[in-house]
Amino acid sequence: MIRMWKTKRHFLYALWAVLLLASPAVLNPYWVDVLNLVGLYAILALSLNIILGHAGLFHMGHAAFYAVGAYTTAILNKQFGIPVLWLMPLSGLTAGLTALVVARPIIHLRGDYLLIVTIGFVEIIRIALINNVFGITGGANGIFGIDRPMIFGYKIRKPQEFFYLIWAFAALTVFFFHRLEQSRFGRALNFLREDDVAAEGSGIHTAHYKLIAFVIGAFWAGMVGTVYAAKMTIIAPESFNFWESVIMFMIVLLGGRGSIPGTILGAFLVIGLPEIFREFASARMLVFGAVMVIMMIFRTEGILPALPRSYPIGRLPDTGSDR
Amino acid sequence: MSLLQLSNVTKTFGGLTAVDDVSCEVQAGAIVGLIGPNGAGKTTVFNLITGNYRPDQGKIVFDGTFIQNLPPHRIVSLGIARTFQTIRLFHKLAALENVLAGCHCRMKSGALAAMFRPRSQKIEERTALTIALQELAFVGLQDKAEQPAENLSYGNQRLLEIARALATKPRLIILDEPAGGMNEPETAALINTIFSIRDRGITILLIEHDMSLVMHACDHIVVLEYGKKIAEGDAKNIQQDPRVIEAYLGTDED
Repeated sequence: MIRMWKTKRHFLYALWAVLLLASPAVLNPYWVDVLNLVGLYAILALSLNIILGHAGLFHMGHAAFYAVGAYTTAILNKQFGIPVLWLMPLSGLTAGLTALVVARPIIHLRGDYLLIVTIGFVEIIRIALINNVFGITGGANGIFGIDRPMIFGYKIRKPQEFFYLIWAFAALTVFFFHRLEQSRFGRALNFLREDDVAAEGSGIHTAHYKLIAFVIGAFWAGMVGTVYAAKMTIIAPESFNFWESVIMFMIVLLGGRGSIPGTILGAFLVIGLPEIFREFASARMLVFGAVMVIMMIFRTEGILPALPRSYPIGRLPDTGSDR
Repeated sequence: MSLLQLSNVTKTFGGLTAVDDVSCEVQAGAIVGLIGPNGAGKTTVFNLITGNYRPDQGKIVFDGTFIQNLPPHRIVSLGIARTFQTIRLFHKLAALENVLAGCHCRMKSGALAAMFRPRSQKIEERTALTIALQELAFVGLQDKAEQPAENLSYGNQRLLEIARALATKPRLIILDEPAGGMNEPETAALINTIFSIRDRGITILLIEHDMSLVMHACDHIVVLEYGKKIAEGDAKNIQQDPRVIEAYLGTDED
């Protein structure tokens, strides 16, 4: 029964992937671009999911790391002409480093306190960008004229081309994050989320793991920043405001904390649905608010809650239960 | 040989001296009981040993290492494991995963190894899984491996905490009221489990209110009252010690 359900689930995932990959063939560029946006937010939310979903840290400043990555790409590309895709790991690194510096002193804060501090952090970054710190961020106007990404001498510019770039990145993200989940590292994050004291008492260096969760999440958000900068060719502080952080937070909560399929579904709902119901745009916030309230009452784990890990218990040599 | 040594350990919370100048030793291979009336400071002593609190004064030596200033996870990796008075399991996670939490400190793979899965990581995962299943079987919970911890009975949850502690490969295990909430047959089984833990070469320090367990299982008993050590010795001596009788039953007013 469980097995049947499992194959059914995998079949649904595969069906969804095929439909998604084929969609640019039938959709017009506008809708392909909507899917691009969904993809970017899906990756961002997946990276936040490590921090918020798995480690249970209420981090509402994820847009700050996204901004650091985007600006790293924009500045280095404009100043030194480095191809944007080469800047992806570097942007991840600067975002990760920012996380290391910022998260270190606040890592011991609990729940709501951490939430407030991270909100402050994302505002500091935005205001620093507007005020043109070090004279390199272009102030409120931002930076424009960022290069398009090049792959093997081919310049990516059409929405369809970006579609495959973004969703390939999303697929890689899912691959790596799934492995991360199913490991000692992923388990450690869940332990400290469930009970900090018990985790520490079982020998887990909780502060260290929280910090690494932040760094990995920030690294990935920084890389998404690169793709975003290259796609838009213009970035401005307002693209990375507090509301962006809220959207990412909402995607993870709505979809299912700690659940990869849930987070991706969340991105489709939060980013995609408002585009479908454009005529009701003014009621969007009302609907979001109502949905969140209903969710928090009736389905606290999210729409597609995380499934328990499975272990190959039966396939191990007999462990000798006679001891 | 003494495995653990507390010398003149004091801990105050505001105006309250919870642990007052306590010195005691735990011999390697022994089963040591820490008893005393409610509020005597027993759990505080445990929290001082495991690094959850830091002593205001005094030293704690474990196998030649000063541990009074180390964080809890370091103390666990040195070889002291614990269970909690109020059960602290990872309730939503499977029993097996709870035990895997104990295996954590004997593993090495980090986030990068998780993403790229080199051979060493796979071997390590498989070894940890084997150890976790062995420890589950040791406490008799092999059939509950995939059940969420919260679905287990109270007594089984206590056993699961012991399995998690054992998975850290400790040399000293600290049990805080292991029989709390257990019925009589469960307690009897627990005594056997405690003996088999000792037979594995692991030293045991326990707090317990169930006197039949303490008197039956412990080689050495330390009695606390109002944070002070008032007596120590074997079961027979403790039962006859007038100060202990006074602490538990009160004195005759006349």
